[in-house]
Amino acid sequence: MTSDLIHWLLYGGAIGLIVIGIVGVVMLNNIFRIVLALIIAEAGANLLLVIAGYRFDAIAPILTGTSTNQLMVDPVPQAMVLTSIVIGVGIQALALALVLKIYQNYKTLDMREIHQRLSTDIDNSCGVISLLSSEQPAGERPLPKPEALINKEGDE
Amino acid sequence: MRNVSALVFASGLAFLLMVIAWQFTVGAAPMLVGEAILQQAASELGSANLVTSVVLGYRGIDTLGEIAILFTASTATALVLSSISDKPSSKNNTEIRDKGTILSSSASLFFPLLITLGLYIVMHGHLTPGGGFQGGVILAAAFFLPLLAVPGRGVNHSGLALVEGFSGAAFIVIGIIALFQGNAFLQPLWGHGEMGSLLSAGSLPLLYAAVGLKVGAELSGLLAQLGNITESEEDSQTESTSTKQTTMQAENK
Repeated sequence: MTSDLIHWLLYGGAIGLIVIGIVGVVMLNNIFRIVLALIIAEAGANLLLVIAGYRFDAIAPILTGTSTNQLMVDPVPQAMVLTSIVIGVGIQALALALVLKIYQNYKTLDMREIHQRLSTDIDNSCGVISLLSSEQPAGERPLPKPEALINKEGDE
Repeated sequence: MRNVSALVFASGLAFLLMVIAWQFTVGAAPMLVGEAILQQAASELGSANLVTSVVLGYRGIDTLGEIAILFTASTATALVLSSISDKPSSKNNTEIRDKGTILSSSASLFFPLLITLGLYIVMHGHLTPGGGFQGGVILAAAFFLPLLAVPGRGVNHSGLALVEGFSGAAFIVIGIIALFQGNAFLQPLWGHGEMGSLLSAGSLPLLYAAVGLKVGAELSGLLAQLGNITESEEDSQTESTSTKQTTMQAENK
């Protein structure tokens, strides 16, 4: 009974962290918070790996002179998590650099606004009329400039 | 609507993962690979830390791939940030701003201690918990501290790139030496030595030293890039707010 409870708690905690991170990535609109949610999901994945190699009443897999016949935990997941943490730091730094760059160019962290302005920018630089909004007139009438559209929405 | 669908997706994912996790046993014997490694690693590699023998001995090529991923991430970060940091740095580099005596002197106090600790952890990776990755992060922190205390001080990026390149090349060269001796790529070399002594486990400490130097150089370059950019960002923000204030004052008049 208690081992069942521990089983639920350990795996539930790790999977809960992963799910919290994924929900954050899907639902949040602030890109910095999306980076933080990614970090949480990564922590959950690392925790899940470590739990998979855990063993009751066992010591760390390091041979010392005193403990020869002691049980040891599985070293393979630990080695994988060891490298994955460092790689996670590199990925987070890259994500933060991209966030900084986006903020310097657009002065906002809102995902929807960035998406809108990015697509209008790309369309403008390609010389294509922006097809973002279905409510936009299809031609003939003079088109409002994209900046005017954004300011209108920002005011609302 | 989007939130509802996201919640439904998340609860489904959680249910799926929990069903998979329920098949595992918690706290039981390791899987077959882990069990085999626990029994054979000591006699095969002679490293007291079995995690190290997994990282460098059994999964050496994976570690090479992971170093490559880290290298790619740091290169991409430098690429993304370099175009911004070039503009204000010409003005920034002329004046080196000290953040106060306490910060700068404690940074110079901690610098040798952190270097010693980092090198210790790198060199004893095959004996105690730790190793190239952990020690490399401590080395990077040691090189980042003076930068925090005295912002605007330039970082020797070419020196960092040199260390990084040589340590990465050393890792591969050790692997190729194993090839020339008729073994597999990155197979541990040069006997076992006496288990538990500093000069044991053959080529594993050398590989971990290469990993440590590479991780340290990469992460300190990365931190220096990020530190510089936030510094220049503060400058431009204060400037823009001051210009805003002046324009507002002008409008009020």
